[in-house]
Amino acid sequence: MTSLSATAPSQADVRLQSTASDRLAWVALSVVALVLLAFLAAPLLAILMQSVQSGEGRFVGLANFVSYAKSPALLQSLWNSLWVSTLVTLVAVPTAFVFAYALTRSCMPAKPLFRGITLIPLLAPTLLPAISLIYWFGNQGVLKGWLQALGFHEIYGAPGIVLAEIFAVFPHALMILVTALTAADARLYEAADAMGTSAWRKFMTITLPGAKYGLISASLVVFTLVMTDFGVPKVIGGNFNVLATDVFKLVIGQQDFQRGAVVALLLLAPAVLTFAVDHLVQRKQMAMLSARAVPLRPRRAPLFDALMTGYCALVALLVLAVLGMTVFASFASFWPYNLTPSLQHYKMGLFDAEFGEGFANSLTMSAGTAVFGTGLVFMGAYLLEKTPGPAPLRAGVRLLAMLPMAVPGLVLGLGYIFFFNEPSNPLNSLYHTMALLTLCTIVHFYTTGHLTAVTALKAMDAEFESVSASLKVPFWTTLRRVTLPICTPALVDIARYFFVNAMTTVSAVVFLYSPETKVASIAILNLDEAGETGAAAACAVMIVAASAVATTLFWLLSRLVERRTQAWKRGT
Amino acid sequence: MPSFLKLEGIEKRFGTFTALKGVDLQIDQGEFVCFLGPSGCGKTTLLRIIAGLEPQSAGRIEQAGRDISRLPPSARDYGIVFQSYALFPNLSVADNVAYGLVNRKVPQAQARQRVEELVRLVGLPGSQDKYPSQLSGGQQQRIALARALATSPGLLLLDEPLSALDAIVRVHLRQEIRSLQRTLGVTTIMVTHDQEEALSVADRIVVMNHGVIEQVGTPEQVYREPASPFVADFVGRVNVLPATVVRPSQLHIGASVFETTGPAPQGATGLEIKVYLRPEDVLARPLADNSTAEQAFGPGTANVFEARIDKVEFLGAYCLARVGSPALGEHGLTVVLSMNFLAEHRLTAGSRLALRLLPDRIRLFPQ
Repeated sequence: MTSLSATAPSQADVRLQSTASDRLAWVALSVVALVLLAFLAAPLLAILMQSVQSGEGRFVGLANFVSYAKSPALLQSLWNSLWVSTLVTLVAVPTAFVFAYALTRSCMPAKPLFRGITLIPLLAPTLLPAISLIYWFGNQGVLKGWLQALGFHEIYGAPGIVLAEIFAVFPHALMILVTALTAADARLYEAADAMGTSAWRKFMTITLPGAKYGLISASLVVFTLVMTDFGVPKVIGGNFNVLATDVFKLVIGQQDFQRGAVVALLLLAPAVLTFAVDHLVQRKQMAMLSARAVPLRPRRAPLFDALMTGYCALVALLVLAVLGMTVFASFASFWPYNLTPSLQHYKMGLFDAEFGEGFANSLTMSAGTAVFGTGLVFMGAYLLEKTPGPAPLRAGVRLLAMLPMAVPGLVLGLGYIFFFNEPSNPLNSLYHTMALLTLCTIVHFYTTGHLTAVTALKAMDAEFESVSASLKVPFWTTLRRVTLPICTPALVDIARYFFVNAMTTVSAVVFLYSPETKVASIAILNLDEAGETGAAAACAVMIVAASAVATTLFWLLSRLVERRTQAWKRGT
Repeated sequence: MPSFLKLEGIEKRFGTFTALKGVDLQIDQGEFVCFLGPSGCGKTTLLRIIAGLEPQSAGRIEQAGRDISRLPPSARDYGIVFQSYALFPNLSVADNVAYGLVNRKVPQAQARQRVEELVRLVGLPGSQDKYPSQLSGGQQQRIALARALATSPGLLLLDEPLSALDAIVRVHLRQEIRSLQRTLGVTTIMVTHDQEEALSVADRIVVMNHGVIEQVGTPEQVYREPASPFVADFVGRVNVLPATVVRPSQLHIGASVFETTGPAPQGATGLEIKVYLRPEDVLARPLADNSTAEQAFGPGTANVFEARIDKVEFLGAYCLARVGSPALGEHGLTVVLSMNFLAEHRLTAGSRLALRLLPDRIRLFPQ
């Protein structure tokens, strides 16, 4: 019989006397629970409350929803959001699927290069592709004629949003699909070959069903990302309204908190649905691959490999075109008349337009998010996985840790306004502070970090804590001497994830900044709004550069850490 | 002498599933006890309850005269070794073994000496600076044992410590654990599902099934005098034959009447019961042409009959032969025959031979 994992004591069991270290673990877990309650659950609840209250705070039931449904302009936005998100999903997911197929099932050369290039959008705020498209197809764009030849009047509006979103979501879909296609059992293909199955039939009966859950998951993730993205429609949306821009206009522009809350709930719905379906799907995906599966190694097929290389080169080229145009334009002296390279946009961005200050703020916020976020996430995951505690508390923290995945940044930010801007809230003094921006970003990206930490902790022998207890060693000693050193690579990974996302995030913080705590991505929005597209491009490039440098530094750090703390791995 | 470890009425429920039902057990100081049973019988759960790693639903545990029922693991006195070794991979062998010593503020020089003593005790002197990943499975388990013994606990708990090792290492290490336990005199409980392991090392075996103790006894008692059909079946091989009681000392099996001098059947004449008999408790003699089984064993010998070999399963030093006989009716019987016996008398499938059921080894259980 295999050992039973530490289960929470059920009601029927004798209660063992608690030790000082048990009690400390409970207190620590309660702290994590309180942080998540105050900075996640309470703001979400505040949105719910706002949506059923009048401006004066009276309960009005569904009146706000009714008034929303009666406003044709707002309904138009809902429709716009839905069809744009659907269209992007229909284009981006198949495109990414073929790309992922090439990466996993062909013998094309330069796979790491192709993969690396298509992951670049992760380092950029979504504003970047929007700005780039303006230079390509905007009023003074180099290829404006092409657009009109295709029958589009202008890039502003739906065409621009769709194109920019495809760029932004591509790596997200790609990563999910690569994972799905990697999980293949070579034995199935060998059995099919032995029976003389055609390539097409193998694809339809083995490959596609095997990647089914990955495709569902990628589609849902892409749909939700587009629905809730704020940066792209803000920059290139023109008069084409979507839900995300509506929230901003209603709340910041018209101070109509009630209908803003209604829109926020509309944005929350698909995200929650995505989360629930994804959760189910992932469980099935995991069950599909047995431990004895033989990894699939692609075989050479000159024609197929050449075709795939061509396809991936084209996609990579398009990604580079979007990125390259932003870089090029950021150095152009005066678009489109004087294209000689100069640093004037960078100078203006850094010194005149408060981007410099925003950039410094972004770095501060990202560093804070990386340090405190990693600390909080790891503490929560550790206490959940490795210490006993009251079952209801553990279940509560587990749920709260997964919830952020289902909450779009825009909705979270809105919740923060409703909750922290309330003068009677004792935490009101946090409003507009860097601390709150940092906390909001930590909560926004909490789930991915949490899952990384849980995976690392689960990979460790469940009996370490039992052995320690039998040797009368308190849990914090084992945490310090064993658990933390072993988990350091995962910690660096979590910190990198927090840092890069904090650098590029727009949606959550757009509601929370003050002039003193404006971050870089917000400064770009403001520059763009002021018509300083060149400076906005320069700033976007600087964010990408900072993210890339940070990623490289974290990678070096992980190498160093690996060498210092993982010496035991080289033993064999 | 009062027992060292006393379990009284231990119950464990997981939701609606009852893993342990009213377990009572007493273990003496210095004893080596094995919990033996199939997967899911509750043996690991019982060990974890003794360790305080799992709270019991009801019941009392006393160790060295102290009620430890509600004490957390760190307040109890035991060392534990798991199937997975659970060695800290990032710490050297020396740091692993000294893990519990450091916390007790043992001076460094003394701790180093103790570590050296222990790694020598488990047969790995000089391995202090290695990392666990540089050791084989068997070596890692020795270090885990050294770590568990470092603080000189009063009780050593072994949770299937040999299951992850390959067969040869397993046999070797179980004898070492046994002799180490003798040397140190530490009271030891080992959980195992391997009957051979339990039979070879334990002072007493606790056979468990479905959350209850089926039998507690020495290896010989458990093997020779199984207290229940389950024990007879789980420990060793056994023939099960339906029988009818003729008289307290006579049984009707198949077409013949057999004598029994083992425990008399409880019940009246005509009661249908089951006969349990181990393959080695059926004696075999060669049968010359035209001679009878009775001649082969000597006239007047009881329980003798003639049989033919249906099938021979070769198992190395000995064979298991499936035999049939009109005397037993349609019931087959498995008997142990040595290779030499088969070769010497040129016996193969189809050959005839004389058999005798040892009357004192026949065990009876109700239908």
